[in-house]
Amino acid sequence: MTKPIAYIERTRRYYEAQGFGPYQWAQNDEIPWQPLNKPLAECRVAIVTTAVPDGSIAKPIRTASSWRLDQAPERFRTDELSWDKINTHTDDRCSYFPLEALENLAASGVIGSLATRFHFVPTEYSQRNTTTDDAPVVVQACVEDEVDIAILIPL
Amino acid sequence: MTARALEQAGICTVIIGSALDIVSYCGVPRYVFNDLPLGNPMGKPYDLTMQATSLSLALDLVSAASGPVIQRTSHRWAETETWRDNYMRVDETNREALRLAGEQNRQDRLANKAKGLQRS
Repeated sequence: MTKPIAYIERTRRYYEAQGFGPYQWAQNDEIPWQPLNKPLAECRVAIVTTAVPDGSIAKPIRTASSWRLDQAPERFRTDELSWDKINTHTDDRCSYFPLEALENLAASGVIGSLATRFHFVPTEYSQRNTTTDDAPVVVQACVEDEVDIAILIPL
Repeated sequence: MTARALEQAGICTVIIGSALDIVSYCGVPRYVFNDLPLGNPMGKPYDLTMQATSLSLALDLVSAASGPVIQRTSHRWAETETWRDNYMRVDETNREALRLAGEQNRQDRLANKAKGLQRS
């Protein structure tokens, strides 16, 4: 198999060329682990995305938020996020937000149900903002919604 | 980091994404790695089969894995691998443009700060 792109190194060089110092990516040696305690067919599943549901909120002040599934826009705002705008596009929502695919799995009984809300987490330079503010918002919402499985799909 | 917080709260998580080094460096419980250009973590646009396969693999990891795991899919973007060279490329053709972009970025940040557009 082809060697995956070394994004940490590539990002470092890219921002260095813009006059920025090296970013310290989050690094953890210990990995939390929650085993699944029931069959998939009984599980409630939630989507967590970094695609922006409400692009009217200025990027520097976007925070985590929860949305009803019927509020999911046909086109999330993605233009301010970092992704490969040379080789691809985000015109197909299903390529980063698998709502229809999960609805199909719920209808066919593979999963129990889809949670009524999905969750947005902004791509943040500040790890503190993510760990102390954004992640707890998503956790609380998922607990309230009695979510068993969260599928996170960073763009 | 959000996946880690969810897991600590008793909610199983799986990430589907396309940046192997960044996500594995962070340390996450379950990760389906699609080696595709950033932007379409589920699979190629309009390729419903590829997207469904990614989702299926993710749910398989949730139900079957007994410890932290990274599952690399066999999905390919194209017959050739030239796409890998473009993203965040730095060379003599764009070095000056990147320097100017950095200057603009710093000015924008200061302007946002002056307008109160910043998180606490």
